[in-house]
Amino acid sequence: MNQYQNIFTAIQVRGPLEAGIDIGNEGRDRTVEPWFSHLVGRFGNAQLGPIYLGFLGVASIITFTIGFVIIGLNYWKQVNFNPVRFVLEMPWLSLNPPAAEYGLSLNVPLDEGGWWLISSAFILASVLLWWVRTYRRAIALGMGLHVAAAFASAIWLFLVLGLIRPILMGSWSVAVPYGLFTHLDWTNNFSLEWGNLFWNPFHALSIVFLYGSTMLFAMHAATILATTRYGADRELEQITDRGTGAERGALFWRWTMGFNASMESIHRWAWWFAVLTTLTGGIGILITGTVVDDWTAWGVKHGIVPVDFIGWPETPDSTVSSWGQ
Amino acid sequence: MALLSFERKYRVRGGTLVGGNLFDFWIGPFYVGFFGITGAFFTALGTVLIIYGAALGPTWNPWLISINPPDISYGLGLAPLREGGLWQIVTMCAIGSFVSWALREVEICRKLGIGYHVPFAFGMAIFAYLTLVVFRPLLLGAWGHGFPYGIFSHLQWVWSTGYQYGNFHYNPAHMVAITFFFTTTLALALHGSLILSAANPQKEKGPLGNTLEVRTPEYEDTYFRDLIGYSIGTLGIHRLGLLLALNAGFWSAVCIFIAAGPIYGGSWIEWWEPLRQFYTWGGVPAAG
Repeated sequence: MNQYQNIFTAIQVRGPLEAGIDIGNEGRDRTVEPWFSHLVGRFGNAQLGPIYLGFLGVASIITFTIGFVIIGLNYWKQVNFNPVRFVLEMPWLSLNPPAAEYGLSLNVPLDEGGWWLISSAFILASVLLWWVRTYRRAIALGMGLHVAAAFASAIWLFLVLGLIRPILMGSWSVAVPYGLFTHLDWTNNFSLEWGNLFWNPFHALSIVFLYGSTMLFAMHAATILATTRYGADRELEQITDRGTGAERGALFWRWTMGFNASMESIHRWAWWFAVLTTLTGGIGILITGTVVDDWTAWGVKHGIVPVDFIGWPETPDSTVSSWGQ
Repeated sequence: MALLSFERKYRVRGGTLVGGNLFDFWIGPFYVGFFGITGAFFTALGTVLIIYGAALGPTWNPWLISINPPDISYGLGLAPLREGGLWQIVTMCAIGSFVSWALREVEICRKLGIGYHVPFAFGMAIFAYLTLVVFRPLLLGAWGHGFPYGIFSHLQWVWSTGYQYGNFHYNPAHMVAITFFFTTTLALALHGSLILSAANPQKEKGPLGNTLEVRTPEYEDTYFRDLIGYSIGTLGIHRLGLLLALNAGFWSAVCIFIAAGPIYGGSWIEWWEPLRQFYTWGGVPAAG
């Protein structure tokens, strides 16, 4: 058992710092002199920086900062600018969307949801600018657009929650508040209000893909780490010119479960599972309250929930011990 | 037929933990081994018992079939088959099957001369399952605290159990677990995307000119450094992915284990209140 499992980098080999692939004139927007960090190098690449900023990057950071600071200042105001309360009460603080009576109005008093609308607009701008950035950086390197496509799937869920569904429901008030506990309350009440989200098949699919993504990453990452001694971590080389690392990884799964991906196809599995998590999640949220208003009734009608719960157990109370009963 | 073009030279004898050469063979693409035999036994028995349980139950609708744990009045004893005994045997079969699978993976790792990362990672999933159906019921004093085996009935259990604690989202370990699940999925999306985008480049243009040449890891590093200022690298991303995924499983187990009467039986919403009250602990009243 006392074998090399490659959990940390034992010996760091350092060449010169890498400036990055030449992208011609655009390269002038690369900034921050790169440097080495020994600690970071224990786990991954030791080199930090440089970063490409450019117009999109700077605009995205500025708009995000404005939105973030608006939320933060609202928190400060809620604790009467008391720093101790700001820290201790942080999880309870929240910037909430306008009340239902304002509907989809953009003319909302600042303290009654106006700040929520303004900060949302800035954060939306920031996210969209960052999306264009993921697209532009791939183009500059002549790479595929898979990162931008995957990020678009996450943005879809974000847009459904904060923009599309509120517009369909006719009120900003149904959007998610910006606070640690309040967004958990929102999640909780969303399920209660619409009759138990667990019977929403798209919610079920989203969870399947979320857990599936975690399982796939565990399987893939563990397979690669187990075969790094054969160079399997150099995945692009293994894709184009399969070596013994990729062969052993594939055979491990073939012998285990009768099926194996290839070094390239495992990343397609990964991409689809991750992308479908937010894609199906967004659909599930979008149709709740707009198309379906009671998931329990829907579940009974479509045969995934038994009428009067016949055949399913009554869940025992676990908040008290059953010892000695 | 069952062999990949390169497979024959890898099919060597040895690496078994138990049974020597006796079970050291393949059936089609599947390696068998001693734990293949035990795993097949537990899987077959468990599956047959689930089908038997379905036959005893009120429905053949696959969404509604549920193998239920015994009533808590049975405590930690054995229950009659029709009243939760089936669930108990199915649980034993599941554990036997999962553990056999993990040990069979270990044998395959030894045969292929690779690390033990996969069976270790699977061990974390088994640990989370054991926490739900063994450790927590033991803590609470009744097998009835396990969850029912049904596609949708187990969701009903999650729902009911969650609301016994006010709002389960306030459970701090649940917060940590969810954060790890989301982060793992984000990292998986980025890793999968990056490999695919390097292996399937743009036709039009790039630093290489008008070419479809597959990009090198230098391009992966450059893309991520351009984007966020750091590229963890081809080896590091797999360490990160495994670390994140294992933590998701581990904290899931923690969050349900601490939500049990003997440890914490109150509302998770109330659990946080001392933090807010901290300000007045020293006797100083909270300001406006």
